[in-house]
Amino acid sequence: MSSSVRFLLSQALIAVLVSPCFLFGVSVAGADPAQSDVKLTEAPDAASPVRVRLVSQEQYLNTLAYVFGPDIRVAPHFAPFRRTDGLLQVGASSAGVTTAQMQEFQRTARAMADQVVSPEHRNFLVPCTPKRDNAADARCAAQFLSSVGRLLYRRPLTRDELGKLVDAAGGAANRLKDFHGGLAVALEGILVSPDMLFVVDRSEPDPASPGQRRLESYSLASRLSFFLWNSAPDDALLSMATRGDLHSPDGMTRAVDYLLSSPRLETGVRALFDDMLGFDEFAVLSKDPGIYPAFVGDTVQDAREQTLRTIIDHLLVRKGDYRDLFTTRQVFMSPSLATLYGVSTPPGWTPYEIPQGNPRVGLLTQIAFLASHAHPGRSSPTLRGKALRELLLCQKVPRPPPNVDFSLIEDPKSTLHTARERLAAHRANPVCAGCHKITDPIGLALENFDGAGQYRATEKGAPIDASGNLDGKNFDDPAGLAQALRDSPALPACMVRRAYAYGTGGAVKPDDKAVLPYLNSQFAAEQYRLPDLLRTIALSRSFSHVAETAGGVAPASKLTADASNGATK
Amino acid sequence: MNTLSRLNDLGRRRFLRGMLGGGVVTLGLPLLNCFLNDNGTAFASGAPLPMRFGTWFWGLGMNSKIFIPAKVGAGYDLPEELSALAAVRPHVNLFTNFNAMRDSSPNLCHYTGWIITRAGAAPIGDQDKPGETIDVTIARVIGRNTRFQSVTATANGDVRTSFTYENANSVNAAEPSPLNFYKQLFGGDYQDPNAATFTPNPRIMARKSVLSGVLDQTKQLSKMVSAEDRARLDQYYTDLRDLERQFDHQLTKPEPIASCHPVTSPKEDPKTTVDSETVAERHRMMTDLMVMAAACDQTRVFNMAYSSAFASTVKAGYEKPHHTCTHEEPVDQSLGYQPTASWFLRRSMESWAYFVEAFSKVKEGDGTLLDNMLIYGSTDSAWARIHSLDGIPMFTAGRAGGKVKSGIHVDGAAGPATRLGYTIMKVMGVDTPSWGTKSNNTASALSEILV
Repeated sequence: MSSSVRFLLSQALIAVLVSPCFLFGVSVAGADPAQSDVKLTEAPDAASPVRVRLVSQEQYLNTLAYVFGPDIRVAPHFAPFRRTDGLLQVGASSAGVTTAQMQEFQRTARAMADQVVSPEHRNFLVPCTPKRDNAADARCAAQFLSSVGRLLYRRPLTRDELGKLVDAAGGAANRLKDFHGGLAVALEGILVSPDMLFVVDRSEPDPASPGQRRLESYSLASRLSFFLWNSAPDDALLSMATRGDLHSPDGMTRAVDYLLSSPRLETGVRALFDDMLGFDEFAVLSKDPGIYPAFVGDTVQDAREQTLRTIIDHLLVRKGDYRDLFTTRQVFMSPSLATLYGVSTPPGWTPYEIPQGNPRVGLLTQIAFLASHAHPGRSSPTLRGKALRELLLCQKVPRPPPNVDFSLIEDPKSTLHTARERLAAHRANPVCAGCHKITDPIGLALENFDGAGQYRATEKGAPIDASGNLDGKNFDDPAGLAQALRDSPALPACMVRRAYAYGTGGAVKPDDKAVLPYLNSQFAAEQYRLPDLLRTIALSRSFSHVAETAGGVAPASKLTADASNGATK
Repeated sequence: MNTLSRLNDLGRRRFLRGMLGGGVVTLGLPLLNCFLNDNGTAFASGAPLPMRFGTWFWGLGMNSKIFIPAKVGAGYDLPEELSALAAVRPHVNLFTNFNAMRDSSPNLCHYTGWIITRAGAAPIGDQDKPGETIDVTIARVIGRNTRFQSVTATANGDVRTSFTYENANSVNAAEPSPLNFYKQLFGGDYQDPNAATFTPNPRIMARKSVLSGVLDQTKQLSKMVSAEDRARLDQYYTDLRDLERQFDHQLTKPEPIASCHPVTSPKEDPKTTVDSETVAERHRMMTDLMVMAAACDQTRVFNMAYSSAFASTVKAGYEKPHHTCTHEEPVDQSLGYQPTASWFLRRSMESWAYFVEAFSKVKEGDGTLLDNMLIYGSTDSAWARIHSLDGIPMFTAGRAGGKVKSGIHVDGAAGPATRLGYTIMKVMGVDTPSWGTKSNNTASALSEILV
């Protein structure tokens, strides 16, 4: 390295270090619209890390609903994952199980198994009738357990595994004098098994690329279905895995298109955005009814639903440009939201177009974003600015320092009426200024919306100035912020990063970063259509290949399909 | 023949693991009013009354001027922020002037303090959770022979509000719903220890058999994964073994317990808001269930959170939640503290008093349930406004079966707050020469409270 280059680098480093607050953000290589005609290619040895993920509560429930039907209902309380690199789903790859959680798994398994074999359900969920109701029947038990076990383990059971389960069911049936009771006990065993609750990436050498490893078929099927459906693979996808289709380019393309064309895709996309937008907050979101009387019980869930409906409609139904989500005026309205919007609407959900000239433009001005990033009794430009940077641009806003001095804005005789005035006074403190400069100019542009998301022109009698700035782009109102965000190269790059991490089941690692420019360029070339991005990720080499780590890799087990009952040898 | 001698003739806990033999055994038992030895210090069988440990958390510290009593030792005064403790003061020890030492680690706002007091070490980042929390350590010693090794609940309605973890990736999730907490504790597999009959569930025997296969599967799977993931599966394996032990427990006729009374299910959960009235209501409902879970020996370790560390409790008509209030409300110069921030803390102390009193109201032996336990109350900071870790306040309640004095105010002389955690572990029978890391490491128990 030349001395001049070293000098420039050192100056750059100093500039970063002396700044009181700097952002950790995404690389946007390949995401610049000006470069969208440049299509990068993926490295020939691209691969993602091997992961072991704990299934989430939603994945567990989705899987069981698909296997046993929606009228089998349980209400489990699994521990939430730790939000990591912006996603709860990334936390799944490091989540452990406490003793209390294990007990919850067992309670849930028992409740589920009881319902499956109950007299009301057994006739259509158990595919055979035992010779006697009060004794073991190995043939019928094997038929049920091999079929259900394959769907819940996301692979065929080995002959040994099936044999043990049939023996357990038989022993229990004889003990209980109840064939279906025995079946329930065996099903409980499947439901608390690590093969059910952990999604383990198993790999094998890639014969087409000596020295490299690929996910074995069933692991690849699981990775695909949890990514696109937030659920385990169905019978058809597992059959493709059994046939080896997923290891041929054509077969893999057919499988991905099958997943993308399924109605289950909506469930998967909802889960992706639920996670990415931090909608777990809605479980505890509330407003002070004395301050916001229009924010009633139904408002919380309707606000979340409005944003998810808008996303599904725009991205999947209309196949719109992801960036236009932030400027769209096409939304859905419910009666409880209509009160906050100041409009009328019939019962249920109705498509609604925000009139031109109305300050509500795009997702940022929907109740979900405005209310969830505010206090119970007032708005918060800082929380809104922080949320925009962290959730939508993948930037990390540092924590505030522990010794913040609020004395400048604490004066009870203060003449500071608006949030802009209070925050301006707060930013006079250089310790605070660094971080607030990167959040407040964004959040202040949304000050026309109070803590419940209702429009207002004034605060405490003073007119609201909604001008602001996003990374050098000035604007005068919420619509200007929406357009600036829409045009930010970091916006689609963040979507790519989140979708890739979500799909491959872990935080973006240095090895992964090589694939992001490729995905960014593809996303741009495909006019930022989400289904195309999902397809690109699913078909990428990084998605189906894994890198060996220092800790080793999970080898594929020797699974050979047995045509008679789905078990393997 | 009196009821006590009839019971002795039956012989305690003499069934039923080896007697099932594939069949169902139903045994009629008398419902007894007294199940203790003559002096009320042990069960009639000679088994000692169980020792329990609990934790209680409140967010955002205190205002020292109106929180710290002038008097140190027994009979301490109650400054206005502690006035809610008047009825329970004889049961409560207060610890002030103890420091949470962060050494070279950053002061992570509303995080570093509670981690140090609960786990004995300072976190180096906001994702870091060093070691394990004290309740987990103690549960391994005293919690293995009950239906639940520990139970955890929160009064703020948020499942994420938990101050108990086995490691950074394994947090004991808090139950936020009283209805679900009831179902967990007293629904399904609950066996009333005072029931007239005991029918061991043959399905549990069958479950045990299946579980052995699951244990084998876990072993096999752990051979296939990286060392880091193997640790997670090893933990899973241990959890399965705990589950196996709990199955055994369910197959054994429970000891009749005079202090255990039937519990009725809450009719409905409180609304999901975090206004102080609703939080207090949820706290009362959770507490009442937790008290009876301890009385009925369903668990010997329990954790309750009144609020999160960034307490979001709301005062009706006041626009800021508690946490924001601590940073933005001016200090009233005439009072010398932040009046609304103190209003929130007084609500916390009211719930703490309720928690302590609830355990003290249950008779057990010649004393109360509270006498046979120790509850550790902790928070995240001293003065939340500036996130100070010096002078972080703590409480204990109860007498730990006569091992601990109560009603004492202890001045820590700026020593490590971990001295209290270490003392508690010694009282609970944890065999450890010291506790805590770096400056938090201590082998010095608080003799002021030890009998």
